[in-house]
Amino acid sequence: MAGEFAVTGELGPPKSADVEIIERKAGYLKGVVDAVNITDNQTAIVRMSSIGAGLLAMKHGLEPVIQITCRDRNRLAIQADVLGAYALGLRNVLCLSGDHQCFGNHPTSKNVFDMDSIQLIGMLKGMRDDKVFACGDEIRNTKKQPVVEPRVFIGAAANPFGDPFAFRVIRLAKKVNAGADFIQTQCIYDMDRFKQWMEQVRNKGLHERVFILAGITPLKSVRMAEYMRDNVAGLTVPDHLIERLQNAEDPKEEGQKIAIEQIQEIRETPGVSGVHIMAIEAEKTVAGLVEKAGLLPRPE
Amino acid sequence: MIVAEQKPFDEIYERAKRHRKILLMGCGTCVTVCMAGGEKEVGILASQIRLAARERGDDITVEEHTITRQCDAEFFDEATARKVAEADAVISMGCGVGVQFCAERFPDKTVYPALNTKFYGATVEQGVWSERCAGCGECIVDQFGGICPIARCSKSLLNGPCGGSSDGKCEVDPEHIDCAWQLIYERMEKLGRLDELEENKPLKDWAHHRDGGPRTVTREDVKL
Repeated sequence: MAGEFAVTGELGPPKSADVEIIERKAGYLKGVVDAVNITDNQTAIVRMSSIGAGLLAMKHGLEPVIQITCRDRNRLAIQADVLGAYALGLRNVLCLSGDHQCFGNHPTSKNVFDMDSIQLIGMLKGMRDDKVFACGDEIRNTKKQPVVEPRVFIGAAANPFGDPFAFRVIRLAKKVNAGADFIQTQCIYDMDRFKQWMEQVRNKGLHERVFILAGITPLKSVRMAEYMRDNVAGLTVPDHLIERLQNAEDPKEEGQKIAIEQIQEIRETPGVSGVHIMAIEAEKTVAGLVEKAGLLPRPE
Repeated sequence: MIVAEQKPFDEIYERAKRHRKILLMGCGTCVTVCMAGGEKEVGILASQIRLAARERGDDITVEEHTITRQCDAEFFDEATARKVAEADAVISMGCGVGVQFCAERFPDKTVYPALNTKFYGATVEQGVWSERCAGCGECIVDQFGGICPIARCSKSLLNGPCGGSSDGKCEVDPEHIDCAWQLIYERMEKLGRLDELEENKPLKDWAHHRDGGPRTVTREDVKL
């Protein structure tokens, strides 16, 4: 990752135990991105676990970034999962608060929220660097056996557009202080606001302490753009983009064009280390996008 | 206060019609304030049951009785005990505490709840009560300008907000839930203490909450 503009992608595990789906999606992303986020019950809809799907993705040649939310697991389960993930060869963990279960298919469940994403980052950093569990115990099986800590690369999400806007950079600083190694932002459509946020980020020197990857989700239609604008919390889609899609002969292609322009603008924004492409249920389109953006081939 | 809401009438009536003589017992404290189970509500519900019984041809008589508080033994006096003894069953319009306390006092009588107990809250405006406290057992609201993130943030974040805060509202229910962290931010800004929110709050000790088991508070110095 050192020096190079990074490209990460996303793979949504199946809502079943179907391994063929993962193999297929992995095929679309292999060699196209440097690492792939494997989501964790995204939108509170039950899918194959991030670690399970991550291991399968790894077997098919991808470098997974497993995700852990605070919604479904307490500190015991999370620490156990991280030990297991590391033991299985998984190295990257993205720490998230998690979408509330009311959005998903099990709204009657009890949620956990034993901790928030910042405490989660801190806990993983403590495991890796202080080699202790959250309770302070050393990560060793017995006093005579060796300390074997999970040496994971810790990530977090950032939302440049959320409210309160003035607090967003402070919250990013909190995550960096807690120990985040890399950050992926919510998908960006309002470039100006993103650049404003990056300026604040640079003023605080945060870009030098953490790798920041800007989120991109190619728009496929006017309906998708309007849906995201109206229904996804903390997401704005500027009118001029919606107009472009409305006026386009092929909105899908226009959406890709917009995404490529955005990637270019992001590459030119100082302090940004890469781009995180979230092509929701459209993993097939990522290769074309990355190629047209001039980001292929990916380094080994 | 403890805030509760009356159960749907059919659910209450279904319990009432299992018996011929019902004692409807109100509570004069919290549920009077949130207008769910006080003397007035007892009167209304009793009438509703009698009316429904007449319409449906069920044989039910309803006795009404409200005591100051159903969570204190001293208010279950002789008169109350007599009325309970005379009834086939009791429908308590107290909160979940009151229902259980009543059942404990009269173990040979079935005591049905007429209310669904919701939360510890306050009157925001007439007719509106809102959750404020989660009884976490370790109060640190001062750290958040007097606004509790455990009770008022949908995810109980101590280092909020999350990405779901929009226009000062919580994405879980933007119509009814304010983003607690928006409120905390604004309050701390007013207090000139925003810098405190830059500190990372550590993991919470949930053992003080119900996660540590059902709780008891004892004051040895006032025990008899």
